[in-house]
Amino acid sequence: MKPILEVQNMTMDFGGLRAIDSVDLSIEKGQIVALIGPNGAGKTTFFNCITGIYTPTSGDIYIYPRGKEERLNGLKPNIVTKKGLARTFQNIRLFTSMTVLENVMIGCHAITKAGIMGAIFRGAATKAEERLIVKKSYGILEKIGLEKYVDELAINLPYGAQRRLEIARALATDPFLLLLDEPAAGMNPQETMELDELILKIRNREGISILLIEHDMKLVMSLSEKIYVVDYGKKIAEGTPEEIRNNPVVIKAYLGEEIDE
Amino acid sequence: MDFEYFTQLFLGGLTRGSIYALIALGYTMVYGIIELINFAHGEIYMIGAFTGLIISSVLTMMGMPTLAVIVLAGMAAIIYSCSYGYTIEKIAYKPLRNAPRLSALISAIGMSLFLQNYVLLAQTSDFLPFPSLVPNFAFWEPYSHIISSAELMILLTTLIVMILLTLLIKFTKIGKAMRATSQDKVMASLLGINVDQVISATFVVGSATAAIGGILIASHIGQINFYMGFIAGIKAFVAAVLGGIGSIPGAVLGSFVLGWTESFFTGYISSDYEDVFAFIFLVVILIFRPSGILGRSQAQKV
Amino acid sequence: MTAQNEIKKSILASLWFMFLTFPIMVIKVNTVTNSIEWRWHNMAIVGIGAFFLSMLWRYLLKRKEEGRKKDQSDGLSIVQRLLHERRFALPGLMIIGIFTLLFPHIFSMYQTNIMISALIFVVLGLGLNIVIGLAGLLVLGYAAFFAVGAYSYALLNLHYGIGFWIALPIGGIFAALFGILLGYPVLRLRGDYLAIVTLGFGEIIRLVLENWNEFSFGPSGIKNIPKPGFFGIEMSMHTTTIYIFYIVVVLVIFTIFVINRLKNSRIGRAWVALKDDEIASQAMGIDKAKTKLRAFALGATWAGMAGVVFASKTTFINPASFTLWESVIILCTVVLGGMGSIAGVIAGALLLILLPEYMRDFGQFRMITFGAVLILMMIFRPGGMIEDVRKTYKFEK
Repeated sequence: MKPILEVQNMTMDFGGLRAIDSVDLSIEKGQIVALIGPNGAGKTTFFNCITGIYTPTSGDIYIYPRGKEERLNGLKPNIVTKKGLARTFQNIRLFTSMTVLENVMIGCHAITKAGIMGAIFRGAATKAEERLIVKKSYGILEKIGLEKYVDELAINLPYGAQRRLEIARALATDPFLLLLDEPAAGMNPQETMELDELILKIRNREGISILLIEHDMKLVMSLSEKIYVVDYGKKIAEGTPEEIRNNPVVIKAYLGEEIDE
Repeated sequence: MDFEYFTQLFLGGLTRGSIYALIALGYTMVYGIIELINFAHGEIYMIGAFTGLIISSVLTMMGMPTLAVIVLAGMAAIIYSCSYGYTIEKIAYKPLRNAPRLSALISAIGMSLFLQNYVLLAQTSDFLPFPSLVPNFAFWEPYSHIISSAELMILLTTLIVMILLTLLIKFTKIGKAMRATSQDKVMASLLGINVDQVISATFVVGSATAAIGGILIASHIGQINFYMGFIAGIKAFVAAVLGGIGSIPGAVLGSFVLGWTESFFTGYISSDYEDVFAFIFLVVILIFRPSGILGRSQAQKV
Repeated sequence: MTAQNEIKKSILASLWFMFLTFPIMVIKVNTVTNSIEWRWHNMAIVGIGAFFLSMLWRYLLKRKEEGRKKDQSDGLSIVQRLLHERRFALPGLMIIGIFTLLFPHIFSMYQTNIMISALIFVVLGLGLNIVIGLAGLLVLGYAAFFAVGAYSYALLNLHYGIGFWIALPIGGIFAALFGILLGYPVLRLRGDYLAIVTLGFGEIIRLVLENWNEFSFGPSGIKNIPKPGFFGIEMSMHTTTIYIFYIVVVLVIFTIFVINRLKNSRIGRAWVALKDDEIASQAMGIDKAKTKLRAFALGATWAGMAGVVFASKTTFINPASFTLWESVIILCTVVLGGMGSIAGVIAGALLLILLPEYMRDFGQFRMITFGAVLILMMIFRPGGMIEDVRKTYKFEK
């Protein structure tokens, strides 16, 4: 099967520090892939490189929309989003002065067009677009199970709901690949279980591929079809959960007994 | 182009650059610590010049010898500028330390406006003649057509200030605390550094160099007014950005580059748009190298 | 004990400020007659003033601290509540509307002229409010765009005989073009650079207008700029003034309408998002530079149009009308009134322009007061007199 995202030999330096050291990674359509590793291994930096917040020092990032190859290196984050990669943040970054619905509506920004003239004259096209955004955003909230908070300010939501709202907001950009940065961080077991279901649902119903960074090994092992392990910026292993579980390098690097839980 | 004219312009640019450097240091140090453009910094420099003028006039009229007047007036200017710098931080910036950047910036502009008009109302809107504090040294006479002894004095003083500042930052306890605070405020405070004190110290040190710059330029040009801090402040800021804001050697280098550019531009091309030049320079730097000559582009934390 | 402590602190503050202001406030050197004037009374004033002000200062700071702890949801001021209650808002608006319509007929021409100036500043304030209040960009050289508009009309009229009504949009477009040219390189950078660059731009425009005699006629300016025409009908001075008054009123209403529309639009939401979190906004597909540039250009457009109206009102312009002070006054109206708040900016502009008009003695203290107002507002009431309450989208199924 052809990959939808391919990262080749990616390296990222900060001054003298090599945060990512020639890492390869590829994701196929509809796959759930996990990126794991100890704290400070360079996982979030990896996300930031792919989503355009940093430009990698060397290496290539390719996506294949409609079979055509496109290179992502050096594109601005908003362009990367438009190309169909959406992300969430490890330290929640919601728009705090906006309501839940408005947060998701911002997610629709990339797929809508109304400009200044549209805003001032508010013609039929703009009105229709606004209606569409609202309808779509509400639909997403229903899917994620946040519809009861629709008019609530995002900042007033419980922690787990804020993480889910980040996912909802990312989905509003119509991505083919969703990058989740520690989606279960700070969640209780019940919430994590719901998250597990939610991620599967997103993949199964929408066919959206998922790349996730996660420390919760139970979640990683149950969800992912492929796992990449990084340590000190280097990829030390890749494979199915089964292979990773039994990989001596990985066990030595950091997993150890955590995996047997 | 004859060589002597070139040398004159070169040294003239160096003198200009020295003054900019003395002011730019304050900008860059404050920015390095609290990431705020201290708009009122130019006013501190202006107040230094005014205090120097007032005190030196009083002392001269009291019949003090010239050397004593220079030393005492200089000290008064430095002490007062430092006190103003300290007070400004306490009033206009400290209450806003956790506020959005926009708030602190507006407050800084307010402070600049306030101080300018405070001096305007309490003193005068006219230009005041400033006595030349530096005599023409006899031994320097053969070279004075290239660089006057006053200009020489400016260069020497700047050099001494730079050396002292470097020693302060490199080797003293407060200097180390400043460096630590500018790298990571939270971490520094966890390590027992009193961040409030460090910030105050930064304002005081920056104000002191600005005051020295204020007296030197006033005695060189020969007149001052309440508005002098504005343009000088802006130019020094441009110099700081040019060198890489937050970087002390950068501020000095940037100041010299700006000084030379202005000097050669006015010397060879035209002096009509002298003041415009710095701004055009600023825009050009921001487009092509926003982190400045010596500044490192910092990766945003996500 | 605490009262004693407070008094001790105030005495210290008082002593400190007496020391601090000593050379500037007390000594005045006359370099011509070589004499010194000792103004000790000033020291007394500073001492007493600092004593009480420092008490007030600490009291207000403490109250602010306590206020922060409390829930702020019921912190709406009376004005805001009045604005949001339909049954008060509608009659209120009607009264204001009728008063405005009748204004030039009730009051003298002199008063009407002052009101026109004030309303031009209302337009300027609202325009700057798009940039600062909605998009969170600090612009310090706003008067430069005002100048671009005014000179566009004056020069187009001088050379090509173009009339007011055609010049109005052209002035706006020219100002917007300048805004885009300036904003494009700078907007991708941090906000403080924008402040300084626009400040520099303001000075450049003024210096160019002063020095480039062939183009702008230098400091002597341009005279005999025609007032707006009305289908070629000849009008008396009086009628023209009333006519301009209504033009400005319409411009104000149009501005309010546009800002309201913008606030509740895709672009307006993007501005709010960018103010909340730039990185998340970009990750949602918002083009940071482009979105900010739009606000910047729009703000410039309004300054340009206000400039055209200004030129037609005064019939004479020179660079002295477009200095940094004008920029600061406009900034002050926005900050004092309330960033983002339409009612606030209108109130702020009217207050700041009309008050000094009617209190001439206060004139020399105007700028120092503005400076103090900027600082105090930021510390104690960053939302301004009438704080902006963002209307959040309410979902209706």
